[in-house]
Amino acid sequence: MAELAIETTGLVKTYGDTRAVDGIDLAIERGGVHGFLGPNGAGKTTAIRMLATLIRPDAGEARVLGYDIRTQSDEVRSRVALTGQFASVDEDLTGAENLRLIAKLYGFTPKAATRRSAELLEAFGLAEAADRQVKKYSGGMRRRIDIAASIVVTPDLLFLDEPTTGLDPRSRNEVWDIIRAMVAYGTTVMLTTQYLDEADQLADKISVIDNGKIIAEGTATELKASVGSGMLHVRVMHRADRDAAREILLRELQVDVDMPADPQALTASIEDRGRVTRALTELDAAGIGLAQFSLGQPTLDEVFLSLTGKPAEPTKEEAA
Amino acid sequence: MTTDETTASAAKEVTATEAAPQASAIAHALASSERPARPSALSTSVTFGWRALLKIKHVPEQLFDVTVFPVIMTLLFTYLFGGAIAGSVSAYIAYIAPGVLVQSVLFITMYTGTTLRTDIDKGVFDRFRSLPIWRPSPLVGMLLGDAVRFIVASIVTSIVCLAIGWRPAGGVVGVVLGVALLLVFAFSLGWIWTFLSLILRTPGAIMGVASFVLMPLLFGSNIFVDPATMPGWLQAWVNVNPVSDLVTGVRALMNGEQIGSELAITLGWSAALVAVFGSLTMWKYRDPR
Repeated sequence: MAELAIETTGLVKTYGDTRAVDGIDLAIERGGVHGFLGPNGAGKTTAIRMLATLIRPDAGEARVLGYDIRTQSDEVRSRVALTGQFASVDEDLTGAENLRLIAKLYGFTPKAATRRSAELLEAFGLAEAADRQVKKYSGGMRRRIDIAASIVVTPDLLFLDEPTTGLDPRSRNEVWDIIRAMVAYGTTVMLTTQYLDEADQLADKISVIDNGKIIAEGTATELKASVGSGMLHVRVMHRADRDAAREILLRELQVDVDMPADPQALTASIEDRGRVTRALTELDAAGIGLAQFSLGQPTLDEVFLSLTGKPAEPTKEEAA
Repeated sequence: MTTDETTASAAKEVTATEAAPQASAIAHALASSERPARPSALSTSVTFGWRALLKIKHVPEQLFDVTVFPVIMTLLFTYLFGGAIAGSVSAYIAYIAPGVLVQSVLFITMYTGTTLRTDIDKGVFDRFRSLPIWRPSPLVGMLLGDAVRFIVASIVTSIVCLAIGWRPAGGVVGVVLGVALLLVFAFSLGWIWTFLSLILRTPGAIMGVASFVLMPLLFGSNIFVDPATMPGWLQAWVNVNPVSDLVTGVRALMNGEQIGSELAITLGWSAALVAVFGSLTMWKYRDPR
């Protein structure tokens, strides 16, 4: 078990003029969840499809569980499983038929396939829906049958491509619990997501990907620390006071103070928390009223903003 | 509340409802998985054929094209051309019946391409391609499943022809042999459509190109009329058209005549189609889109 789960150097995939994946280097250890975080179109799915041997890289090297994805793709395929972004089961068939189909393709006898299918349906809370066509499943059920299909034969490495996109919060929690159960068992999970809180919740290590390149890597805590020890958010009572407030904060905090789209807001990443109290006192002394202020750990939103200079989820930024 | 508490309470809430995944059962399912020996190419292909049959069971509407279409074709061409070409329907039926059978089945083959494209778009093919199986088996299995559709179309067409007076001299054996030869060719032709479905992006585009390929093959042939009446340039095409050889062969078998070089020519074309378009398909299949 010495070798890495995934090891790539200079992985490239081009579509026309677009370099969907533009030279990715990864070294992912076995066990736990590795998050692949980035906005839509960042190249996450393309990268995962290459690693799962669904598409061939144009350049670069990649080894999955020690096997070369070009020359030993069969070995890779027999040890990994993939749950795609869209339902990767046959919607016309029932849940039970889908699992039996996969089991038979792995070489189970018809009897063993039926037994395995029943066991998985039960474990994933789908026993009652076993004989219903998958197209009549809810979004959460569909995602569960998808994941169940991926573990008909327990994989050493599971690729999950945006497993919770479009799910309601309850279904999302269920998928998270499933992922945690698999990790507890010892399966390595590689997860793509555009949800920062999902990466924060699940992933042991995160690679932030943008425009086909990895722009940062580390644990959620490390990524947050790279932005500073915390973020100070201040909203002045009157927007006319903002410039004056910024001057005071610049002086007292000794760090850069950003002016977000909100005309009353100011944000700063803090290195020394002690200065915050003083800065707030100074604002009060200058007669600048505050509507609100908060000091917190930076969210991954802010990490993404500071890494790429653009928000990962613009709508969320506006709402904040 | 810390994140751990949040998840714990969420998990409690989830397990309280009946149809929820069970972490312990999932862990057990992971641990109890077996890893059987890798199945043979034949076995996985047959399994995919089984999938095609399950789809017919769940979506029986997809048999519409293989039942209604041949009936319309047969009635239309027999009654439309029968009088003009052979003087009467009863005189024409022995000539047209094997031809219309070939036409119905070959026309239906193009749905193989659109079905495959739909599968690819839905993502289920990603799953199949990520399995450690003989790579062409999903496609071979699909074409095997289609063979069932072709057989249904052949039976329907034969029944309609029999009902309007077709009495094949070759008897049941001759008709079955004729259909068998037709199925071999249809299976081989199917690889053109699988290839198209991997290089074209929409089912509509596949239909368009497939019709464009099929038109000269089906209508520029001896299916409806004896080529002797055609101008020279058209005769030249009809003579090299593999469908003409297929039709001549099927006709000979069904009419109880000695089949000539058509058998070898048809089998040769079939082998060539599989070799060329089968290889192209598998080459494209490694890296579609």
